[in-house]
Amino acid sequence: MAKDPAPVGSPMNRVRFLGSARSGTADAWAMRVTSVLLVPLSVAFTAVILSLLGKDEAGVRAILGRPVPAILLLFFLLTSVFHMKLGMQSIIVDYVHEADLKEWSLIANLVFSISIGLVCVYAILKLSFG
Amino acid sequence: MARAEIGVNEPEKRRPLSPHLQIYRPMLTMAMSIAHRITGAALYLGTLLLTWFLVAAAAGGSAFEAAAYFFNSIPGKAVLFGFSWALFHHLLGGIRHIIWDTGRGFEPKERELLAQQTLFGGIVLTVAVWAIAYLFFIK
Repeated sequence: MAKDPAPVGSPMNRVRFLGSARSGTADAWAMRVTSVLLVPLSVAFTAVILSLLGKDEAGVRAILGRPVPAILLLFFLLTSVFHMKLGMQSIIVDYVHEADLKEWSLIANLVFSISIGLVCVYAILKLSFG
Repeated sequence: MARAEIGVNEPEKRRPLSPHLQIYRPMLTMAMSIAHRITGAALYLGTLLLTWFLVAAAAGGSAFEAAAYFFNSIPGKAVLFGFSWALFHHLLGGIRHIIWDTGRGFEPKERELLAQQTLFGGIVLTVAVWAIAYLFFIK
């Protein structure tokens, strides 16, 4: 419960986590922004992947090590990770009802999303600088 | 009282849920809505594939050989085909949602049209991109 200007409902109901969560607008907006960005970024991602087809290992590393493909890939990846974290969060909140399982699932989602982001960023940077 | 689903311990506090799956006739718009969520979840898991490929490319050598072998194999290509279809379907579904966010497209005919375009457009895009891949890139 972020920034309550005036508490809504009885104090006991607030303690019991009943009533509106009074947050989530930032997530909804972030979902819209990432979605719009991902339209051109998905096109760019497809183009980068197409450019890798038919190449051998040296060819693949050469392309992924160059600034334009690498940065496009990074941009696509980081936006996707943010987008997918929010999407999976919605799925968990919608379908997981048991309190502890929901809490842990949300944490697992966060860890998975961050891990994918970090590992991919590391790999792309290694291809450019390592 | 600990944070728990309302009514787990107090049956008198359980609230009724409105029936949905039991009463709605299946429609394309419904199907596209759940397909949007399912393709999203599939893409979520599919990032593991992308991560594997990038790590293999960065590591080089036998790691890259193994990844390349898989992605060039028949099952690997099937997985990639499915992944790309999920991507394009989810992309078009996302555009549909953005159109709705602007307030357009809520009339019955428009809704139906958007749902059809999402489904067919996704298939068309997938086939088109794979055709381009085979015509111009895979030697």
